Parts: sequence; structure tokens; C-alpha cells
Amino acid sequence: MNLDIHVIHYLVLSTIMLICGIFGFFTRKNMLATLISVELILNATNINFAVFNRYLFPGQLEGHFFALFGIAVAAAETAVAIAIILNVYRNIKKIMTDDVTDMNG
Amino acid sequence: MQQEVTLVAIILIMLLADLVVKESSAKLLQRLACVLMVVQIAVNVVPAEAVAFDGMYNSTRMASIVKTVLSLGTLLVFLQTGAWLRREDTAFKSGEFFVLTLSTLLGMFFMVSAGHFLLFYIGLELASIPMACLVAFDKYRHHSAEAGVKYILNAMFSSGIMLYGISMVYGTCGTLYFGDVMSAMTGTPLQILAMVFFFAGLGFKISLVPFHMWTPDTYQGAPTSVSAYLSVISKGAAAFALMSILVKVFGIMVQDWTLLLGIIIVLTITVGNLFAILQKDLKRFMAYSSISQAGYIMLAVMAGSGQGMASLVYYVIIYIVANLAVFGVISTVEQHSGGKVSRDDYNGFYKTNPRLSFVMTLALFSLAGIPPFAGFFSKFFVFASAFNTGFVTGNTGYWVVVFLALVNTIISLYYYLLIVKAIYITPNDNPIPTFKSGLMERTSLSLCLVGVVLIGLCSWVYQSLVDNAWPF
Repeated sequence: MNLDIHVIHYLVLSTIMLICGIFGFFTRKNMLATLISVELILNATNINFAVFNRYLFPGQLEGHFFALFGIAVAAAETAVAIAIILNVYRNIKKIMTDDVTDMNG
Repeated sequence: MQQEVTLVAIILIMLLADLVVKESSAKLLQRLACVLMVVQIAVNVVPAEAVAFDGMYNSTRMASIVKTVLSLGTLLVFLQTGAWLRREDTAFKSGEFFVLTLSTLLGMFFMVSAGHFLLFYIGLELASIPMACLVAFDKYRHHSAEAGVKYILNAMFSSGIMLYGISMVYGTCGTLYFGDVMSAMTGTPLQILAMVFFFAGLGFKISLVPFHMWTPDTYQGAPTSVSAYLSVISKGAAAFALMSILVKVFGIMVQDWTLLLGIIIVLTITVGNLFAILQKDLKRFMAYSSISQAGYIMLAVMAGSGQGMASLVYYVIIYIVANLAVFGVISTVEQHSGGKVSRDDYNGFYKTNPRLSFVMTLALFSLAGIPPFAGFFSKFFVFASAFNTGFVTGNTGYWVVVFLALVNTIISLYYYLLIVKAIYITPNDNPIPTFKSGLMERTSLSLCLVGVVLIGLCSWVYQSLVDNAWPF
């Protein structure tokens, strides 16, 4: 059996990842899990860029470069986010979203 | 390009100065930062055009003016930080504050003068990652960390959504240069979806309803000077970038984004106003006020013309001076009274601190849009630009939005006057005691006061913006 994989398959995958990420962002209670959900969204984006470049515009490198920059920036963001979450943990010893509700209204 | 180069030089100087200067002398660093910002403004005051990196960086005269305005706002914020940065738990890291703030400013510079989505994205992230560190700057105050985590998670989420939109633009157009995308756009449903995703991402940064959830918590928890910076500088840069990209890149689907903006403007102004009435904490109150002000800025974006751009920048200038005056007073009072930021604390404030009360009152009048203060003129020009576009295109939807925004101005007058009432009328047996604020704070507040009173009356400010407005 000859298995052909086209743009559409990758796009379905990246859309599923995007939806999972958005769903996770709104439903997860642990801040680290929220962070992982955001990473899912960013990775879905990177897949999109790489696939569009590889299949639709093979003569150029713009999409690949964008994906590379996306990975680097996501890493920087994650580092800062985890540092801040650690800070929350040091202050209140909890990292569930239900526990950081001092400010509301 | 010159503005970015000088700003990078300033960042390096501040980094070195932070190494050399002794920990105890936070005041010296603040003075150095202020002097350098004055130099930055003076060197780049003449607007210039520049193209670099094969068109990835494309700075128009209008972008250059916006960058000078943002530098001016940053200078005003730096002048106000003194009392906070000299506190025991922040004095040893005051150098970091300036470096981080200037980094976000550099990111905004790249954001407003990008000619390619990659540079735009990097600028946006450079503006928002150090901002998260600033929001969580008061390390040992639990509220600051809570605000920081809410800010960074929302910022990451929004930039992820925005990136997904950009990837769809790439998939349908095959390029990411603004000019090439503009000519390759055909207005297919996928491209409209891309525009909506992109808009949602930037809507988070400008805190438009329904993407505003992080704003009140972040503004309340962050250090007051950082909230001030976040509310004016960050918002102004993002609004300018949004307008130039909507017009320059998504210009072909003007019908679609006008409808989108119309709905969002009405929601933003109304929700911002209604929630602001309920607030007791002044920083939280200013957050909701800034949400509703963002709605007024979006009116200029909806106009989508050269006149709209001129009125947007004009609005941002006046919003910077008025909002920084209010935040300056809040921050000074907070530092001198042991952290009082509630509206009830301000009861009888006039008896003990008449001059600060005066500044606060005029700034609030300007925010509410009472003539002859500058806020009236900025609101007037924004309304006029949206109205005029409705007239030119024959679309009465513009007039409906302008009318609803006008009705909301009256609501906003009510809650701004609540604070004025607390300051002047409500009796209080032990108001905040009299104190003397530092020289830098007084300079900053005086500059803001002069701006609030005079910018509206000097017609050449708006005229020179109109002359430079097209192309943006």
C-alpha cells in the first residue's frame, strides 16, 4: 500500500493541536499545564509554517525561518513564565489557578 | 534606523552603569536614565524615513513621530519611579528596571516600523516578555507575582493565536512582506479568518473587550509605575501597529474589519465604563478606564484614513500626558502613605495636598473630555475622523458607532467625577497627611499638567500630525 501524505494531513494535525491547546488553556487548573497548552498552540503554528513552506512554496525559506524564530521566542517566553510561576509558588506554596484569586471584580 | 541604534546604545550604557554604580545609589541610575532619554528625544526629534534589511524594516515619518512620542512617555514614567525604586526591597535592582523598560521600548520601536511579519512578531515579543518581568518586579509582594503570571500566560496565548493567523496569511500568499502580501491578498474566507486571528492577538495587547480579562488584575497587582507604562506606552504602540497593518496588509477586506471593529468598539467602551463605576481600588479603576479609552482609540483605527491616523497619534499623545498625571499622583501617594490606593483613602485629599489634587482633577477632566482640556480635542478629532469616513463611504454604521461612543462619554464623566468628589467634597477626619514629593516627581507632574492644558489649545500639534499622516 502506498501511503501519500499531503498538506491536508498536516493541516488537520495542526488544527487539532490548536483546538487542544485552546481547550486546555481554558480548562486546566494547574498553571504548568496551562503553559503546556500554550506550547501546543505555538507548535501547531510552527507545523503550519514548515508545511506551507515545504509543500506550497518550496523555492524559499521564509516559513522555515519563521518556525525557527517561533521556537526560540517560545523558549524565552516559557523560561520567563516558569520563573514567574516559581515566584508564585514561593509566595503562596500553590500553583493552581483557583488559588491565585486575590484580585477579582 | 537611527532611533533604534541610539536606544540600543542607551540600553548598553545602562547595563554598564548598573555594573559600575554602587547598589545604594539608585538615585544616580534614575538620573542617568532620564538624561539619556532626553538625549534620545533630542537627537531624533526630526521625523525621518528609513528602510533596512531589504524592506523588513520600513520606518515612515509617522512611525518616527510615534517613536518620539513613546520615548517622551517613557521619560515621564522614569521621572515618576524615584520613590518606588529607592525603597529597600527594590533599590538593589533599580538598574534592571531601566534596562527591562528600555528593552520593551526597543521592541515597540521595531513593532511600529516593521515591514515584514517576522520583524513585527519579534518586536511584539521583545515588548511583552520583559514586560512580564516588570509586572512581577516586586518579588516579595504576592500580588505582583499573581499579576505577572496572569500577564505572561495571556500574552503567550494571544501571540500564539496571532501567529496562527500569520501562518494562514503565509499559506495563502506565499510571502510575509507587508507590501507583497497586500498585492497577493484576494479576500478569500481563509484570509478573513487569518485577519480575525491576527486581530484577536493584537486585541489582547490593546485590551479590547472580549480580550480584556487580564487587564484589571495586572494593573492592580503590578507596581504602579509599571501599570502606568503598560497603560499608555504599550497600548499606544500596539494601536499604531494594528492600524497600519489593517490598512496596509488587510486593506482589501476593509468591509470585514470595519464591521468587526464597530462591534468591538461599542462593547469595549460600554463594558469598560460600566465596570469602572464599580471599582474602589484606583489602580483597578484606571485599568477599566484604560479599556474604555482603548475603545476610543479604535474609533480612529476604524476610520482607516490619513485623518484617522493623525487623530490616533494625537489621542495617544494626550492620553499619555493625562494618564501619566493620574498614575503619577497615585504612585506618589502610594509611596508616601504606606500603600494607600483605594478611592476612600482620597476623601478630603484636597485639604492636605491641594496641589496634587489640582493636578489629578485636571487630568481626570481631560480623560473625561471636558473642554478646554486636551482630552476634549483628542476625542473630538477621533469622532470627526470616524464620522468623516462614514460620510465618504456612505456607510451609516460609522455614525451609529460614533453616537454610541458619544453616549458613553457621559457615563465616563460620572465615574471620573466620583474621584474628584472624593478629593474635594467627601468629609474625612483623618485624610492622607501632607507630604512633599520629590523634585523628579514634581517635574514629571508639571510636564503632564502643561501637556493637559496646552496641547489642545496649540493647533499646530494636530496640524503637523495631519501633514505627516500619509503614508503610514
